[in-house]
Amino acid sequence: MAILEAKGLTVDIPTEDGTVHAVRNVSFSIKPGSLFGIAGESGSGKSVLTQAVMGLLPNADIGGEVWFEGRNLIGLPQEEMRRLRGGRIGMIFQDPLSSLHPFYTIGAQIAEVLHAHEKISPAEARARVVDMLGKVGIPSPAERFDDYPHQFSGGMRQRVMIAMALILKPALVIADEPTTALDVTVQAQIVALLDTMRREFGTTVILITHDLGLLSSVADDVMVMYAGNRLEYGGAADVFRAPAHPYTAGLLRSTPANYRPGTELAPIGGRPPSLLATPAGCVFAPRCAEALPRCSSEPPPLRRYSDGVEALCWLEEGASMVRPVAPAAVAATKSAAPEPVAEVEDVRLTYQVGSFFGPKRSLDVLKGIDLTVGRGETVGLVGESGCGKSTLARIVAGLVPATSGRVRVLGRDMGTLDARQWREMRQQVQLVFQDPFGSLNPRRRVGAIIGDPFRLHGIASGEERRQKVRHLMELVGLNPEHYNRFPAEFSGGQRQRIGIARALALNPALIICDEPVSALDVSIQAQVLNLLRELQRDLGLTYLFISHDLSVVRHVCDRIAVMQDGRIVEMEATERLFSDPQHDYTRTLLSASKTLPAFAERERRSLVETRVAS
Amino acid sequence: MIRFLAHRIGFGAGVLLVLSAFVFFLFFVAPGDPARMIAGDKATESQLAQIRKNLGVDRPIIVQYGAFMQKALTGDLGFSYRNQQPVAPIILRRIPVTLSLVLGGALLWLAIGVPIGIMSARYVGSLRDRLGQAFILVGLSFPTFVLGMMSLYLLYFLPKQSGFTLFPAGGYKALSSNPVLWAWHLALPWMTLALTMAAIYARLTRGQMLDVMGEDYIRTARAKGLSERRVVWKHGMRAALTPLVTQLGADIALMLGGVIVIEQVYGLQGVGALAVQAVANQDRPIIIGVVLLGGVFIVIANIVVDLLYVLLDPRVR
Ligand SMILES: Nc1ncnc2c1ncn2[C@@H]1O[C@H](COP(=O)(O)OP(=O)(O)O)[C@@H](O)[C@H]1O
Ligand code: SF4
Ligand SMILES: [Mg+2]
Repeated sequence: MAILEAKGLTVDIPTEDGTVHAVRNVSFSIKPGSLFGIAGESGSGKSVLTQAVMGLLPNADIGGEVWFEGRNLIGLPQEEMRRLRGGRIGMIFQDPLSSLHPFYTIGAQIAEVLHAHEKISPAEARARVVDMLGKVGIPSPAERFDDYPHQFSGGMRQRVMIAMALILKPALVIADEPTTALDVTVQAQIVALLDTMRREFGTTVILITHDLGLLSSVADDVMVMYAGNRLEYGGAADVFRAPAHPYTAGLLRSTPANYRPGTELAPIGGRPPSLLATPAGCVFAPRCAEALPRCSSEPPPLRRYSDGVEALCWLEEGASMVRPVAPAAVAATKSAAPEPVAEVEDVRLTYQVGSFFGPKRSLDVLKGIDLTVGRGETVGLVGESGCGKSTLARIVAGLVPATSGRVRVLGRDMGTLDARQWREMRQQVQLVFQDPFGSLNPRRRVGAIIGDPFRLHGIASGEERRQKVRHLMELVGLNPEHYNRFPAEFSGGQRQRIGIARALALNPALIICDEPVSALDVSIQAQVLNLLRELQRDLGLTYLFISHDLSVVRHVCDRIAVMQDGRIVEMEATERLFSDPQHDYTRTLLSASKTLPAFAERERRSLVETRVAS
Repeated sequence: MIRFLAHRIGFGAGVLLVLSAFVFFLFFVAPGDPARMIAGDKATESQLAQIRKNLGVDRPIIVQYGAFMQKALTGDLGFSYRNQQPVAPIILRRIPVTLSLVLGGALLWLAIGVPIGIMSARYVGSLRDRLGQAFILVGLSFPTFVLGMMSLYLLYFLPKQSGFTLFPAGGYKALSSNPVLWAWHLALPWMTLALTMAAIYARLTRGQMLDVMGEDYIRTARAKGLSERRVVWKHGMRAALTPLVTQLGADIALMLGGVIVIEQVYGLQGVGALAVQAVANQDRPIIIGVVLLGGVFIVIANIVVDLLYVLLDPRVR
């Protein structure tokens, strides 16, 4: 008996641009007490699917059936659905800060669940909430009952959300990217907590995530979605060891953790399709490395294999390009002591902060940083949010003055420059930011944005500037014909390329990449990482690479500095750091990040059934 | 907290000081001779000079301003040129009328505007939303003056013609003497004031609610299994409240300085009517007093709104 069973679920959302076909003919069945994973890049319809099931998308057209405890949830009367929500099915969302009401105490918000479903006195509700808060690991829960969400850290907030979702011991909990907004070490704790709770209460969990490493370590069954379609479905162990569908294989191949550091990644090319159109053939065909001629014209059949794995694909044998392509030769070993491009000596930064009622106090953001970046090197800076990574980046770039200490770029002290010299030095250090959209002015054309450095520094103008910009666009893999487009017309990965082109314009000595791929999906992330590597090889660039993702840092960096609370606690050559971490904090970080199991040789699974698309 | 209040009160005092200097000098350079106004056309030049000397307007302006401020700080705003009565009591007498009009009107416009805005946002795009939007459009496009005249015609004049008094045409009865009469007399002014303002508040509420209802915590509230009414009123409205309170503070403060058109239309002897008469009579001390009163209300409202902010938003506490 399945606890939740979807048959031919289809969700269409009407919008001004047309109908978004967010979920197309998806079926699955979840065993009681299991952990069911839904994977896929952003926009593949994971959230829409679950929210449609929960009746949280009032405007959507929903087709198909979803059976839960003997009832079809699709078309269930409002009031019955309301009683199920929170009572029988709990939900946990991605960003615990925005998902909690900022103006009510967390205790009141959790107690509200009780009051909505049971007749219960306030005192009794309070006791139960306090008990639950204790269970999810909130220290001194009785006192924290009356605190507001902003008074908790990200991880604690997510614990509050979990307490809220589980307090009525629902049969099913849907967790939609519950760890994506959290730091790695906290992610591991939250997943462990979900797992414990699942065992303690016998709850079934649907875990939505794009983190394949995480899924492979906890899920019983997985469903891989792409453009609203269920492309692959089966036991997690089977799927991750030997994916049957080319898309799943491509996702795994895009993951840096599956490669020897420093090698070229083999990402899925291109980008996801618009959900407004309905393709005649396979939705993945335009990006599929193994596509057959018929793929783009005829809808693929459903293949079922001997191990129960199902794939929506024309290939009878399943994906063949499973293993990462043979690693390219490791880049030539860098000279022992390259000439330093940037030197940071005992840099400290202290902010004065005042709260509304309290007096001013000082906040030490950086507590004595020493760091050297040599020419042609990539130095990684890892650490949790708030540890001071971006602040250090801005100081090195000369955008924020340090409170004390010295920053030298190309041997010149950034603290003693006059205005003209400062402008000169600004050319030498360029920044690439995380949010490709937020850092590009939406009302300016891409050509103008990339040409900005030339304009600001009065270097090239007119036709010459246009030529240079076109050249840069080509260099980063943008079509120069898109010179006159606006940022909004580009995808996230392309916008990051725009940011990189702009950073490259003036031949800087140092490029600081601040979480350059954190907002991107794994296939796009791999494309950008490859680009950064190629550029470094061809142009001899030097990078200071900031990221919280250890597998990414490991992949691109020669040396890594681990930052904690305004200090560098360990600084080591990449491989040494991974194989022999010295500092406790480094060890915590390393153990918290989940890696994928090794690929198996392509399994001799056999095709047992083919169901032709209707 | 104390520091904050002291800071805000100090700032408010500074604003009032600048405002007082500004109006004082503005009306000093305005044309018109107060002495001739008091003495009339037939006064001789020496009589006029004597009056100027009595008024003190023959002294340099800085000295006049200094003397004015010195007395103002003790609550003495001088004497009306018109009838030689002290200014402060003249203005204070008018305040209950304007206060009644504005506070009653505010309750009414909130009671009409906020639910319409919420309904519009809840059913965005539907017939109910379009009705709400139509209300907003109509309310915003009618000048208060026309609205006042229309309601006078429809609710006073027409019933009167057919022989009964539905509402009085205007006037004011003190709340303390007879609350029912008080409300009855103010009913038409309240409605007139509330209709335009309700449209503004419906629009504001609609916009706020549309934003808020898209927030993640609203989705959480629904996922908890709360009824839609609770989701909207407890979670949605609570978050939309802050900007509404800000706007309300500003509007009430502005209106307490005089609701000119409505006071004129309904013959209410409020601060606005006083201001109109004072300008017509070039009664400078009264004008300056009314402007300063408006300034005081705005400064107070700002402090109150800031304090409410702190009460409403735990994040800034
Ligand atoms: N309320 C909505 N209105 C219109 N389109 C939506 C809405 N919600 C999601 N979509 C679209 O549906 C698609 C699937 O989105 P989503 O389920 O959020 O993807 P995922 O959770 O897999 O990242 C996306 O193209 C998204 O833009
Ligand atoms: S059906 Fe064709 S295009 Fe689609 S995944 Fe399979 S091989 Fe690739
Ligand atoms: Mg999602």
